Amino acid sequence: MNQNAALSAGISTASVLLGIAVMAVVTYLMRMLPLVLFRRRIRSVWLRSFLAYLPYAVLAAMTVPAAFFAGGSLPATLAGLAVAGVMSWFRMGLFPVAAAASTVACLFSLIPGLS
Amino acid sequence: MTQSKRSLFLRGARDGLPICFGYLSVAFAYGIHSIEGGLPVWAALTASLTNFTSAGQVAGTDLILAGATLFEIAVTLFLINLRYALMSLSLSQKLDPGMSVLERAALAFGNTDEVFAVAMRRPGVLTTPYLAGLIFTPYVGWCLGTLFGATAAGLMPAVVRSALGLAIYGMFLAIILPEARANRAVALVALVSAAVSCLFACLPLLRRLSAGWVIIIASVAASSLGAFLFPIRETSDEPDEAPQRGAAQ
Repeated sequence: MNQNAALSAGISTASVLLGIAVMAVVTYLMRMLPLVLFRRRIRSVWLRSFLAYLPYAVLAAMTVPAAFFAGGSLPATLAGLAVAGVMSWFRMGLFPVAAAASTVACLFSLIPGLS
Repeated sequence: MTQSKRSLFLRGARDGLPICFGYLSVAFAYGIHSIEGGLPVWAALTASLTNFTSAGQVAGTDLILAGATLFEIAVTLFLINLRYALMSLSLSQKLDPGMSVLERAALAFGNTDEVFAVAMRRPGVLTTPYLAGLIFTPYVGWCLGTLFGATAAGLMPAVVRSALGLAIYGMFLAIILPEARANRAVALVALVSAAVSCLFACLPLLRRLSAGWVIIIASVAASSLGAFLFPIRETSDEPDEAPQRGAAQ
């Protein structure tokens, strides 16, 4: 069935493969070029500060607001995020926090009448 | 030496486990999405094996299925993945200076948003075995998740599937909050970035922008503000303004 699905959509195997190849090349080049070409230490204080803050900014932008739509029902999501927030504040590791967020959301979803 | 390389790899693989679980669910969703759009299972899996990126893969797959030109696909992927160039630039400052070009080129393949964030959180320089481990588990999760989603879509209860989706955000909180608690500059940067991201999600015209663009705009704006208000004048391991030249290369 699945093998014929692309065919029924009118897309040839060759164009699927070519499309994926183009996606892969562009994605890889974006990641590889700065890492390979840029080997010096950056001297600009501003740029270095910018790059140091960047990971936290990227994470915050990815988390808010997307996290609020991630865990199924809103009560389950909020419960999972609240537990994860408190655990994070007290510096528990990445894996315990991630596991707790999922477990709490899953348990909360099972409470009848909430979701 | 071999033992320490091995333990560094395992350490990285363990740090990558939460990402792996998060990716399982995200890739699961990608698998379902591609199959429903009409992509064969092998093609969805090939895309995950060769691309290893979430937003870009969804956009690229949709374009392929819509019969778009290769040029359109390339430009869209370029825009969505522009943030990787920034992240690689940031990561380049933290790599072990003795790392070879080949190692850099190989590790670059696995520089996803989440791998980047966890890698930057690690104190000190980043070594090849640690990064290889940190990329390994998420990559396995990403490819397996795609395969499961594409072949067994609908078998997993929706409750479990969506609860798994929360794991990755729990991990993000575990990265951001301890640092924000200790450093008010990071707290401000994270708050501003989150606020801009919310703005883009809420305003009717702005919400048409792709997720990749929202992340670029929000994070560049917030990090610029942070760098302007709280420049980090570190007493670095290397003498940056050293009078003698040519020594540091």
